Amino acid sequence: MWSYEKRLQYPVNITQCNPRLAQVIMSQFGGPDGELAASQRYLSQRYTMSNPKVAGLLTDIGTEEMAHMEIVCAIVHQLTRDLTPQQIIDGGFEKYYVDHTLGLWPQSAGGIPFTSTFFQSKGDPITDLVEDMAAEQKARTTYDNILRLVNDQEVCEPIKFLRVREIVHFQRFGEALRMIQDDLDCRNFYAFNPSFKSDFAKQ
Amino acid sequence: MEAMNRDKLFACIMATSFVLDDLRLFLDTHPRDQEALDYWRKVERVRNEAVKEYTKCYGPINMYDVNVEDRWTWAEGPWPWEGRC
Repeated sequence: MWSYEKRLQYPVNITQCNPRLAQVIMSQFGGPDGELAASQRYLSQRYTMSNPKVAGLLTDIGTEEMAHMEIVCAIVHQLTRDLTPQQIIDGGFEKYYVDHTLGLWPQSAGGIPFTSTFFQSKGDPITDLVEDMAAEQKARTTYDNILRLVNDQEVCEPIKFLRVREIVHFQRFGEALRMIQDDLDCRNFYAFNPSFKSDFAKQ
Repeated sequence: MEAMNRDKLFACIMATSFVLDDLRLFLDTHPRDQEALDYWRKVERVRNEAVKEYTKCYGPINMYDVNVEDRWTWAEGPWPWEGRC
């Protein structure tokens, strides 16, 4: 069960609209390494996570990713609210605008709609955790890429916060992977899926 | 709240929480409905007591209620998706 708290994890107060930048930052909402994919990745994977501490970590990071999705959406919203038709055209926002007006819709910066194929839930703790660590690095790279394009301090600060959280999550997932490995047969760490008890390969 | 066993206490949390989930939606569109407000107060009180008692005896169901003494107890016990063990 979830409950909603009426606050952002990091404040967003943007006073200058910038539709061009909004379209880029939108990728961290519904793009391949975005926060929506991150939250659904971890919250889908936790059911078959063999170690209960790691299942808890997936729950908590998955939950935090939903809060990050909210921060990204708040940035996009504040960068695009009250746009005039001329600003929409000058900012190259007309192709998004025609389908979504100024609503938030999960897509990548290139316009590719969000799809669950952006992430994997494989039912194997090592497979999943290695994916999760890669995902955190990919998201961190994306925030680095965004930061090179941002001059507005009001946009920069929340993006920098989100970037650092990717690094923290990477660290925690690295520890989780070690915990899983500690549960394994040390003579053959990577041979079997530790979450699938009757793995035929063992026989 | 008299001594309730774990199942009863948990059932009480489940039931009162759902009442509040549903009532919340009603209150979003009827923010001044006196009957609904009174009902909210009444059920919320029961829920708070049940959660407090359950947390004390069996561990936290909400992260902010983790009682930090010698260790972090959040990941102890079965996860809700595991079903009855």
